[in-house]
Amino acid sequence: MLAMSRNDLLLFLGFTIAVLAMPIWLQPFGAAYPDLLQRFMIFGIFAVGFNILFGLTGYLSFGHAAFFGVGSYAAVWSFKLLSLDAIPAMIFAVVVSGLFALAIGFVSLRRSGIYFSILTLAFAQMSYNLAYSVLTPITNGETGLQLTLGDPRHFDRLFGEAMPGQPVPTLLGQSLGGFTGFYFCAGFLILAFFIAQRITGSPFGMMLKGIKSNQTRMNYTGFNTKPYTLAAFVISGMYAGLAGALLAVTDPLAGAERMQWTASGEVVLMTILGGAGTLVGPVIGAWLIKYFENIFSAINETILARFWDFLPDGADHFAVVVSSKFVGEGWFLTLGLVFVLIVVFLPGGIMEGVRRIAHLFDRKRSSPTNPGKTAPHPQPAE
Amino acid sequence: MFEVIFLQFLNGLDKGAAYALIALGLTLVFGTLGVVNFAHGALFMLGAFCAVLFRQLLTLETVTIDPTKLSPWGQPLEVRAPLVQAWFGDFGAVLVNYSVPASIIITIPIMLLLGILLERGIIKHFYKRPHAEQILVTFGLAIVAQEVIKSFFGPNPIPQPMPTDLRGAADIGAFLGMQANVITYPIWRLIYFLFSAAIIGGVFAFLQFTTFGMVVRAGMADRETVGLLGINIDRRFTIMFGLAAVVAGLAGVMYTPLLPPNYHIGMDFLVLSFVVVVVGGMGSLPGAVAAGFLLGILQSFASMTQVKALIPGIDQIIIYLVAVVILLVLPRGLFGRRGVMEA
Repeated sequence: MLAMSRNDLLLFLGFTIAVLAMPIWLQPFGAAYPDLLQRFMIFGIFAVGFNILFGLTGYLSFGHAAFFGVGSYAAVWSFKLLSLDAIPAMIFAVVVSGLFALAIGFVSLRRSGIYFSILTLAFAQMSYNLAYSVLTPITNGETGLQLTLGDPRHFDRLFGEAMPGQPVPTLLGQSLGGFTGFYFCAGFLILAFFIAQRITGSPFGMMLKGIKSNQTRMNYTGFNTKPYTLAAFVISGMYAGLAGALLAVTDPLAGAERMQWTASGEVVLMTILGGAGTLVGPVIGAWLIKYFENIFSAINETILARFWDFLPDGADHFAVVVSSKFVGEGWFLTLGLVFVLIVVFLPGGIMEGVRRIAHLFDRKRSSPTNPGKTAPHPQPAE
Repeated sequence: MFEVIFLQFLNGLDKGAAYALIALGLTLVFGTLGVVNFAHGALFMLGAFCAVLFRQLLTLETVTIDPTKLSPWGQPLEVRAPLVQAWFGDFGAVLVNYSVPASIIITIPIMLLLGILLERGIIKHFYKRPHAEQILVTFGLAIVAQEVIKSFFGPNPIPQPMPTDLRGAADIGAFLGMQANVITYPIWRLIYFLFSAAIIGGVFAFLQFTTFGMVVRAGMADRETVGLLGINIDRRFTIMFGLAAVVAGLAGVMYTPLLPPNYHIGMDFLVLSFVVVVVGGMGSLPGAVAAGFLLGILQSFASMTQVKALIPGIDQIIIYLVAVVILLVLPRGLFGRRGVMEA
């Protein structure tokens, strides 16, 4: 940590403070309740992990939800078989999803570009279909895997009788509901962010960026790129597994729909929206999507009617009907539109927008001397 | 034993035909414009909803209360009369009955227009951008299309009845001179297969035997040179995009009686169709068609009870499994051209 540059350290500290203080500064936005905050953390980790693969190497995986789902299943199994403590579950989930990613990555990374996307998509759909059908003994099919009183929980039984009542995951005997759960997840998000930051700045991260800008040239320079991409793939799979496990900790019910390719699409959306290849971007993208999902889904016609009340009669009714298509059930429509606009006009996501605005101010201050200086343009991934 | 195998072969045909049609459209777009179109499944879905819309328009009813008759609960009976029937009499009734095939008439212009608008409006800005961004923008478009349909037609599947005369099964075995009643096959599936065969044949004939098709093929081979010859190749490619949308839309329309369409039917087919395109070889039209039928038939065989007993779950994953194997063994797919997207 001491080896970090001043900027990195500031970014990391700023990020840590922003995350830990979320229950305070999100109060005015009506988002400071534990359930939503936990989801912010979990999908933040997922997006940071996805960015290690897509943002750094440019390999667009359409099957990342598979690792997320595997992480969830592994964590729930750890609760069932070993102990209700969260730590063994996290370790188990990360290891299992890492191994799973190793197997899938080993095969998928033999191809690149769109073929890689299709291969990962194919593997994720296979996992999803199997989880629904043949693997029902492991995944409990459509019902989803959940904790029951009759679970063996060998470690817990070793040290005494199980607690009465519906079993819930704990941390060293502490229940992980509410804000405790949030800080537990927040700790992991900060850790995940720290590791991602270190990876991005390390020689390994430079290699990955080199692969993104020109893999052929990297090969000709004498580097074998395969181990590097595979490592990135496995790390990002482990991140997804960690996020999945955290979701299982906060809500110990794992279902196969977490592995569906729409879930993979969601993390792609988050990363692109925030800004692929940047550190903070994916996290912000995840937060925004989860936040607006929460806000928009809750809006109904009564609220809209009150909002459009100032319009003359007839017009307000029309406005309500039109805008109701974009909220509530239809919130995904808004998301889709915003996403299309972002990809068309701002391929670098929100972070690029921020940079452009900052650059605008920057130029005003020092304009006549160096007008040719342009903001670093993040190359869209291939 | 032969009958069983032949029956499974037939069963795979209709699904294979749907895959082949969607994959054909995908390949047309990729081969001409070089765009990886994730919104193609949405076009299939939009086509299916053209049929739904057409039927809903046809079955707009006037509800009158007939005081002379009473329902079993003692209430005055409501009499529903479709407007079309009131205006056109028997012809109207036939039209309602044949609403699915009849909706082809409105599907073609709608899909052509949609396709051209989509290409001119958004996709043309993405020719020079990397494939990943093309995937992303078309993926976003697909979400938008899905959600628009969902907000107007609701999330539930809307069953489309097939024409009454075309229900039931045809005795193909007897037709081919085998034992009667051994190999029977639903008539509508047979029609779907023949319909797709006709469309596929039509597309190939169009590309092979018309001047327009010749120019398009030349453009697929070398866009720049064709442009230098003074031909407006962009406009022709736009029309090809429209044509691909029409093909997808028609595939969707005719599939509605087999599978009631809902808003995400397109995505379900898209994932499989991409696999089909990749197996057939990116950019190869015969490859797309062949791979479509091949995978449809393989899927049908994999869902046989005997096969499932041997390898449990194989019916769920067979297509993906084949795709993985083909992609790893034959980098270009079955019929891919040398040098096209071989990375």
